[in-house]
Amino acid sequence: MNLSPDNIIFWQMGFFKLNATIVYTWGLMLVLVLGSKLVTRKLSTELQRSRWQNLLEIIVTGINQQIEEVGLKNPQKYLGFLGSLFLFVAMSSLFTIVPGYEPPTGSLSTTAALAICVFVAVPMFGIEEAGIGRYLRAYTKPTIIMLPFNIISEVSRTLALAVRLFGNMMSGTLIIAILLTITPFIFPIIMSALGLLTGMVQAYIFSILATVYIAAATRARKPVENAESESKDRNNNTNHKGINHG
Amino acid sequence: MDSSTYIAIVSIITAGLTIAIGSIGPAFGEARAVAAAMTSLAQQPDASATITRTLFVGLAMVESVAIYCFVVSMILIFANPFWNHVIAQTAGQ
Repeated sequence: MNLSPDNIIFWQMGFFKLNATIVYTWGLMLVLVLGSKLVTRKLSTELQRSRWQNLLEIIVTGINQQIEEVGLKNPQKYLGFLGSLFLFVAMSSLFTIVPGYEPPTGSLSTTAALAICVFVAVPMFGIEEAGIGRYLRAYTKPTIIMLPFNIISEVSRTLALAVRLFGNMMSGTLIIAILLTITPFIFPIIMSALGLLTGMVQAYIFSILATVYIAAATRARKPVENAESESKDRNNNTNHKGINHG
Repeated sequence: MDSSTYIAIVSIITAGLTIAIGSIGPAFGEARAVAAAMTSLAQQPDASATITRTLFVGLAMVESVAIYCFVVSMILIFANPFWNHVIAQTAGQ
């Protein structure tokens, strides 16, 4: 039994191996790039729009709104990074409906790469927003004693991000593989439907955690007055939305 | 019994115990979190978006403990380093 798609090797020449993880990641990249290229080829601002443009607008505005609700002031700046994280993880679990496909996020290498992207992006956005001095000083808050713990938490949450996604995806495929040997007729279908749901939830969680980390790196470093006015703004926003819902 | 049998027995039993004991705590924690979220949703349906998002993030944090246990037990069963060492030694002989 394969624990991860790393073990399925399609082609090998000396040191270079072309395993299922790489091949399916390339496939996903191709689908995402070609799909967005095709959809954005003829965009229209009029009332008559194509279905795919509507779908893309729902996704983009949805991600935009989620980023803003977490507390990032300027969501357009983070949309590219966080949106591609979400879309990649979501598509990789959505494509499990294709037979013979293994989600590349079920391999620890893929999830570690994604988590390292977040690990690099958080200080980058933080320094860009607050300046390098203020960003580094935030590690010594509330006291200098917390410095090693802050650094440890920075590393450990990257590890947690990688292992969480890997564990969830791997458990999904593994449970289906085990069930296929016990009750091969109808039960694996139910479990793969459940796998689609958990895949979506994991994609949401992965991107929202990255957003929260970036928000913590950019927002908490600002002076207290800003934070207060920001929280007031957010309260106003939620109130406003509540009225809209009602 | 030689040492390889011991390694196999201990690995299998430990894998079962890891996931069994390790899922108790997260199960209690997630149950409490969901119950609290349900109460606050019933009290304040207007804040459902914020509550749901916070609930999901919190559940992911709590659940990661159970996922670590699952990964450890999977490593013990499918990618056990001690077992691989024994196999490598017997292959070398």
